[in-house]
Amino acid sequence: MRRHIREAFRSVWRNGWMSFASISSIAISLFILGVFIVLALNVNKLAADIESDVEIQAYLDISVERSQITELQNAINSIDGVKRSTFVSKEEGMELLKESLGEDGKALLEGQEGDNNPLPDKFVIEVYEPREIDVVAGRILALNDGVDPDPIWEVNYGADTVRTLFQVTEIIRYIAIVLVAGLALTSMFLIANTIKTTIVARQREIAIMKLVGATNGFIRWPFFLEGAILGLIGSVIPVAILAYAYGRLVAVTELELGLLQVVLVPTAEVWSVLVWLIGLGLLIGIWGSTLSVRKFLKV
Amino acid sequence: MQDVHKTYPDGGQALRGVNVRIERNEFVYIVGPSGAGKSTFMKLIYREERPTKGSIFVNGFNLEKLKQRKIPFVRRNIGVVFQDFRLLPKMTAYENIAFAMEVIEAPSRVIKKRTQEVLELVNLKDKGNAYPNQLSGGEQQRVAIARAIVNNPAVIVADEPTGNLDPDTSWDIMRLLEEINFRGTTIVMATHNKEIVNTMRKRVIAIESGLIVRDQYRGEYGYED
Repeated sequence: MRRHIREAFRSVWRNGWMSFASISSIAISLFILGVFIVLALNVNKLAADIESDVEIQAYLDISVERSQITELQNAINSIDGVKRSTFVSKEEGMELLKESLGEDGKALLEGQEGDNNPLPDKFVIEVYEPREIDVVAGRILALNDGVDPDPIWEVNYGADTVRTLFQVTEIIRYIAIVLVAGLALTSMFLIANTIKTTIVARQREIAIMKLVGATNGFIRWPFFLEGAILGLIGSVIPVAILAYAYGRLVAVTELELGLLQVVLVPTAEVWSVLVWLIGLGLLIGIWGSTLSVRKFLKV
Repeated sequence: MQDVHKTYPDGGQALRGVNVRIERNEFVYIVGPSGAGKSTFMKLIYREERPTKGSIFVNGFNLEKLKQRKIPFVRRNIGVVFQDFRLLPKMTAYENIAFAMEVIEAPSRVIKKRTQEVLELVNLKDKGNAYPNQLSGGEQQRVAIARAIVNNPAVIVADEPTGNLDPDTSWDIMRLLEEINFRGTTIVMATHNKEIVNTMRKRVIAIESGLIVRDQYRGEYGYED
């Protein structure tokens, strides 16, 4: 075994430029792959964040008395899929509106308090499953059935926005999967080709090994290890770069993105995914070498 | 060999029914015109080619029934020497010889000892660290012979081992082969060298057009060059 490892390293060294070429090809492919994985992870996270932020606003009819609120809230809370509901009275609504408009809004909203308040009372409702938000909204509207006048004046949950967002995230996921698969395949063929060239250059050696009675397994080992070494080096480099760069990116952007209420996927989580790339690099190397060696070992 | 035929895929008939028995510890010359089937005869012994028909036994192995997996183990009992030496250019003389033992996974202590031993036997003790391109043709062939015998094979198959060497060097090689033969190794050697065959008298098998036309102990070369 020691001999095989020594031979493998010697051969990586001896085939200098070829080894360099195959390491680079794996490294570049895996780097692109890694960038895509990091991107996909973050798009996914962003989509999930936005999805979970989605909430239903149920505006109440003016005819609804304050004494009916608790009863109505209980009815809403007992709807399947509702996580939580908060009552926002029109006075609170006005305060929130003033806050969000700031100084400029003060003049605009002058004289709109008290009995002149144009805002309706409302419930803000969070749901368990953002994808089923329209179903839940329908159920809330159904509370109107058989009641006159309708207690719920309108429900609003940005239906179209949510639907489009779901479609976009779905498409991004598919594109990422296809690209990732394609790049992985390309790297595999690159490494297979490189090792093939290595073997062709050493056919004479293989012929002599067979002549003096080496078993096929014995001949295969160094090439197998050579592929593994190339794959390992070729994957550790991009993974190290990506892991470091992502850590820096998170640290640098934390403050600015925080203001936009966007949070990147935590570094540790990205690293644990990137580690898989090393395994993939190893696999690519080993698979590539076995693929090429098999052809040359037929007597 | 019993009734051995060999037809190549391109239709060329190399051997057309060869029957021969070579005993342990014999020294045999295979002679005959180029293309008569000498090389095929040699290749069949170390199982680089398979007969189209007939059967071959080497050291008690039936090569015909031999499983693919077992071929390496038969070859370990056969040392092969070529006209063009076939040394690995990136390895020293010592490494080229040790290589044959590494390949059969001998312990490294044994490899060291035995490699030194054969280097001495072929009289190249001081050239162990030289690369093939730093050695003369005769020296390279001696390294090749050392590699062939390092694993103590029962048979040496030599395909025109003196073909690329000048007469003096050729005699060195022949004396070496004879010495190896004295130590108990069977030697089968294909050659075009009339002087060697006629001087160092051994069994001579002549092959022409794929058939054995003569098999004579202490025979002569029998062809005019």
